[in-house]
Amino acid sequence: MIGLIKRYRVFLGLCLLNLILLLAEPATGRKALSITSENLLEMLSFLPPIFVLLGLLDVWIDRETMMRYMGENSGLRGHLLAFALGSAAAGPLYAAFPIVGVLLKKNASMMNVFIFVGAWSTTKIPLLVFESATLGFHFMALRFVFNVIGILIIAWIMKIQAKGEKLPIQE
Amino acid sequence: MFVWFLYIVTACLLFWSWRSDKKKTISALKKGWKAFENLLPQFLPIILLIGISLAILDPSTISRILGKESGLLGMALAAVIGSIVLMPGFIAFPLAASLLAAGAGYGQIAMLVTTLMMVGIVTLPLETQYFGKRLAIERNALAFVYAVISSFILGGIL
Repeated sequence: MIGLIKRYRVFLGLCLLNLILLLAEPATGRKALSITSENLLEMLSFLPPIFVLLGLLDVWIDRETMMRYMGENSGLRGHLLAFALGSAAAGPLYAAFPIVGVLLKKNASMMNVFIFVGAWSTTKIPLLVFESATLGFHFMALRFVFNVIGILIIAWIMKIQAKGEKLPIQE
Repeated sequence: MFVWFLYIVTACLLFWSWRSDKKKTISALKKGWKAFENLLPQFLPIILLIGISLAILDPSTISRILGKESGLLGMALAAVIGSIVLMPGFIAFPLAASLLAAGAGYGQIAMLVTTLMMVGIVTLPLETQYFGKRLAIERNALAFVYAVISSFILGGIL
């Protein structure tokens, strides 16, 4: 029980904050609660398949296969695969990190891991469609081109930065 | 709609996995559940924090800050708001569209949208678990620099 409270202490603290907000500023507090419950429902709608896929990925793809397709020597094909995997995703960036954990554990290259993170954060296909519908095709297309360049540059710098780094997940 | 596609693909793979090896499938589901259970203490605060910050910073407040002729200050504020607050794209884009309609500049909007999606100070602890503190901070810093550069260019072109 104590362990459970300790694990969720940040969450409980924020609940308290929301409660205070509810008492001090009822309209804002209610709004915060309704946005939270809306987001919670959205999160619960896309998270189950992501974690099932994560489990399947972990069990079925062994380290050798992952290294061949996304490892250090996977070359352009590995980059494209990382990009496609990230772009085909659903859900905000924080949902990507558990999958990043599996990729790192199975020795995908750092460059590909960061391409995956970059693609997941900005070039998701459903989001692109939505972006061009709300903000216009020109805005979307320009941002897409910039993003592809940006993702590659960031991934490349991060690969160099990560050299020799001991990652928490691999310990 | 896209989420349904994800469910269908997952269901097909699960079905295939179950037919090929029941034991492996059960262990996959267990692993998935364990990963989810591990992350719940971090997911929940993020969701609550988004709710509280969006309730305080409602669209009308944001559009006042980033409105017409907010210029460089507007760019800077867009970057700060975008980096701290985390919004799913499906909330961010309609908001951005309404800001554009209200007269905000393309540059400010690109800055807001890019930092919202790529930079997350709120999710930094979660990211640290996988990349370590140094790499997580560096990734966010690089994404931030990238957002600034690309937004200025985009603002100049459009």
